[in-house]
Amino acid sequence: MEALLAAVIGLLTAAGIYMLLRKRTFPVIVGLALLSYAVNLFIFASGRVVAGLPPILAPDAAAYTDPLTQALVLTAIVISFGMSAVIVVLAIGAYLETGSDGIDMTDAPSDRDGPAA
Amino acid sequence: MSLALIVAIPFLGALLPGLMIRSGRNASALAAGFATALALLMLGLNAPAVLRGEVVQTRIEWLPQVGLDANFMLDGLGLMFAGLILGIGLLVILYARFYLAKTDPMGQFYSFLLLFQGAMTGIVLSDNILLLLIFWELTSLSSFLLIGYWKHLPEGRQGARMALAVTGMGGLAMIAGMLILGNIAGSYDLSVILQNGEAIRASEWYLPALILILLGCFTKSAQFPFHFWLPHAMAAPTPVSAYLHSATMVKAGIFLMARMWPVLAGTDAWFYIVATTGLVTMVLGAVVALFKYDLKGLLAFSTVSHLGFVTMLLGFGTQAAAVVAMFHILNHATFKAALFMSAGIIDHEAHTRDIRRLGGLRALMPISFVISAVAALSMAGVAPLNGFISKEMMLAEAWETAWLDNRWVIAALATLGATFSVAYSLRFIGHVFLGPVRSDYPHAPHDPGPGLWLSPGVLVLAVVLIGLMPMTTVGWLVDAAVADVTGADVYVSLYLWHGFTPALAMSLIAFAGGLGLLLLHGALSRAWDGAPRPEAKRIFDALVGAVRGGADALTRLLHNGSLTRAIAIAVIVILGGALAAFFGGNHAPGLRAGTPIAPLQALGFLLLAVVIVATVVLQANRVLSLVLVGVIGLMVSAIFVYLSAPDLALTQISVEVATVILMLLALNFLPKVSPPEALAVHLRDGVIAAAAGIGAGVLAYAILMRDFAFPSIAAYHLANSKTEGGGNNVVNVILVDFRGYDTFGEITVLGIAALVIYALTETILKGGPANDRLLAMDPQGRAGDRHPMMFVVVARLVLPVALMVGVFIFLRGHNLPGGGFIAGLVVAIALLMQYMASGLGWAEARQRTDQHGIIGAGVLIAAATGIGSWFAGVPFLTSNYAYVSLPPLETFELATASLFDLGVFLCVLGAVMLALASISRLGIRAGGTVSAAAFDINPSSPRTEEAR
Repeated sequence: MEALLAAVIGLLTAAGIYMLLRKRTFPVIVGLALLSYAVNLFIFASGRVVAGLPPILAPDAAAYTDPLTQALVLTAIVISFGMSAVIVVLAIGAYLETGSDGIDMTDAPSDRDGPAA
Repeated sequence: MSLALIVAIPFLGALLPGLMIRSGRNASALAAGFATALALLMLGLNAPAVLRGEVVQTRIEWLPQVGLDANFMLDGLGLMFAGLILGIGLLVILYARFYLAKTDPMGQFYSFLLLFQGAMTGIVLSDNILLLLIFWELTSLSSFLLIGYWKHLPEGRQGARMALAVTGMGGLAMIAGMLILGNIAGSYDLSVILQNGEAIRASEWYLPALILILLGCFTKSAQFPFHFWLPHAMAAPTPVSAYLHSATMVKAGIFLMARMWPVLAGTDAWFYIVATTGLVTMVLGAVVALFKYDLKGLLAFSTVSHLGFVTMLLGFGTQAAAVVAMFHILNHATFKAALFMSAGIIDHEAHTRDIRRLGGLRALMPISFVISAVAALSMAGVAPLNGFISKEMMLAEAWETAWLDNRWVIAALATLGATFSVAYSLRFIGHVFLGPVRSDYPHAPHDPGPGLWLSPGVLVLAVVLIGLMPMTTVGWLVDAAVADVTGADVYVSLYLWHGFTPALAMSLIAFAGGLGLLLLHGALSRAWDGAPRPEAKRIFDALVGAVRGGADALTRLLHNGSLTRAIAIAVIVILGGALAAFFGGNHAPGLRAGTPIAPLQALGFLLLAVVIVATVVLQANRVLSLVLVGVIGLMVSAIFVYLSAPDLALTQISVEVATVILMLLALNFLPKVSPPEALAVHLRDGVIAAAAGIGAGVLAYAILMRDFAFPSIAAYHLANSKTEGGGNNVVNVILVDFRGYDTFGEITVLGIAALVIYALTETILKGGPANDRLLAMDPQGRAGDRHPMMFVVVARLVLPVALMVGVFIFLRGHNLPGGGFIAGLVVAIALLMQYMASGLGWAEARQRTDQHGIIGAGVLIAAATGIGSWFAGVPFLTSNYAYVSLPPLETFELATASLFDLGVFLCVLGAVMLALASISRLGIRAGGTVSAAAFDINPSSPRTEEAR
């Protein structure tokens, strides 16, 4: 099971970085979302994972899973939403302002194909 | 406390002139003067104790963990310097009031001046070298502000930058040196370091520490080869030159050498570095000063020369030389500040400082003439003025000191320096005041009012009195200072007449030589101007230019404006670092027992892998890739469920919904497809991404297969969650209790993010090209029925249920999966559904509280909960709880943490709503229509109602 989780983290990282390397805003936003999943899972995994052990105190529980990484990841998930939202607005604003959804600050003509002002 | 107060008063006082300037220039100057006088008075109150030989101390713990404490001490050396700083400061404040023009912002000037004064007083009173370093840097910064005070003058700005660069770099070196020193002594307290002189000099780190500290001192005190910034700093207003660049700041380096004298002096390294540098600086400064045409330039190089004079004496390392050094610091401060002020008066009255355009001012400005002449004669070392005594004593010391066993080098060079010193001092008098009255002054000169000549007058009075009665006037102060410099009781005797000594002979030679040089000045000056010589400013500019060019080139290489390139570089560097660490270090195979793969897990993994790959492959179709991202998010929540993280699963699933809505909104405005890219680009990025993915995966696997290297603190949280936090859901207790302060920060960030989004959309809507494009957008591919009746009805039916679920999740959160974060998201989604179903217009019309308020209330409630702990006498955000039984309800728990969680809930709710609603508002402009009704089709009438 550990191998599968590690593979998921690897796949998500690869997909996220690949998308981050695109030259348009939207794929980069998608890439950040994918990378957030990967990072959250990675932090979560650093607490070592188990199935069927609660993070909730109970009198009959034999052992517990690591609650600390869960708390870390929980806030990370919410914050990454806030971050995505800000980037989305930046992307929309940049597209509307410049007429291009290119992400690089270069003047390559291929980036100038947005809606006419 | 009182010592800390002496330092604090100028800093606090710095606020006053800026405010008082509204009541006029006099009020501003008086406020500055009042603060200085108060500090001087408090210093005076401490003086008797210091003169009795005590060391006054004030100790305030600040950051004891790093050895940085606000410890102050006042001994004889500190008293002399602090008195100099505050006393001359008072005179400069008076002078500046009448010197500055009406158009100059005077409040700003006095504020900067007091900032500097506070920093300087801090240096001389610090008993902690780290604290001293802070004040040291502050003097560099305030000096920067003062040199660049006339912002419209390019020379001022350049001079300020140069001074900051040179003294700032020296300061950096000194920080390193001080840290080494503190490490050797085992303490950063000066009093401890001063006790450990032997150990420090014996340490193998002595030489590096010495060189680094001296770099700081030499740059600050304008010693060769760092002297060049001082003449350029003369672009500052003259009161600044008189104060910072002659009397006080440039003496900070000398102060530090004197302060560290018991620890660092007495070795060969000290003698050869310090004495030689001082000697070279003294001669060089004196020679250059003779050929300067600018009055302030002449005085600047003369200051360089005299600073070299004192440095050389400290370098000698003998007690007698230290006496002369301390005495000359006082003497130089008096006559040089007076000379600078005189130069300022001449500039003020004749509108030029160019010596070639002056001459014959004796009759026109008699008061200024007397003041300047006395001060300049003292600088030349003419009896019976104070400069004469210290120069005689210096020459006597030079006569006694051998350099590399050669007895003549220092004596001869010191005499040469004195010769040029006589020449330029007499030139100051001769070429400016004597000679025939001219008819071509830029402005008819006459003596200024007493406001301008009073300050230099007082200083010149001191020059004469110290010369006539050295023991009565300053003998006691020099005595106290020298006792602290040398760490021994030295018998200080200052006399005007020493008898027929070698020093007197040297002095006479210097005087005759100086007169001769002055007579030959015309010819010498022409030769000097014609001779090629290195221009320090050009070298400095070239150096700075080269550094800047290198930095620019490196930046352009890494950051050419392409995010793609920056990310690729970052990924490759991280990968390279990880590989190096992997192959460079030792590692053993993981021993942790893994869990076997169940068929269901394998199936889930395959599904997820396919979706991830599909997201990438189909990325050109943006809507499709967005749907796939949503699927990935759901599967990630499934992973969380499976791996015993119910809170995470709930959070992930609700965030996923909000994220998909967010991205759909984004796609509403952005292009729906990505343009194709070359195969080579895909391959290149694919290789980088695959390498990173493999790295991350392998690293995750390595971690998962190993046990914790150190005992995890999770056990602590599990053990204390119930007893201290009063909750069974450890994750929630960590969030709202153990790490409540972090959570407080995070909800604040979330709220700020939402406000940023609101502000950005407002900007887009404000008009301009962005808004034009928004208006021109073609609403394409819209559904005919934008608010389907089925959706509207179901959404409304679901609302109360969803709200109830939200409340339920919130309430159970402390003990069972749930809590403020998740409840906030759930309620936000329930409300967002109304927006989607019935439209923005309809929903906003029914919204009674605005989202900004909800965010603010959330943060405030969380903060108030934390502050409430203070009233119970416990630290911020310490939680408390009680069990309450209210029949007929079950016994339930009331915890302050729940109140905090309420803040979290409100903040999350408000932030999500505000973020999404703000972006939706863009849609109204983009050709959308707003319907106030819940449905596009009114079921009770056949007509379609649309309203704007």
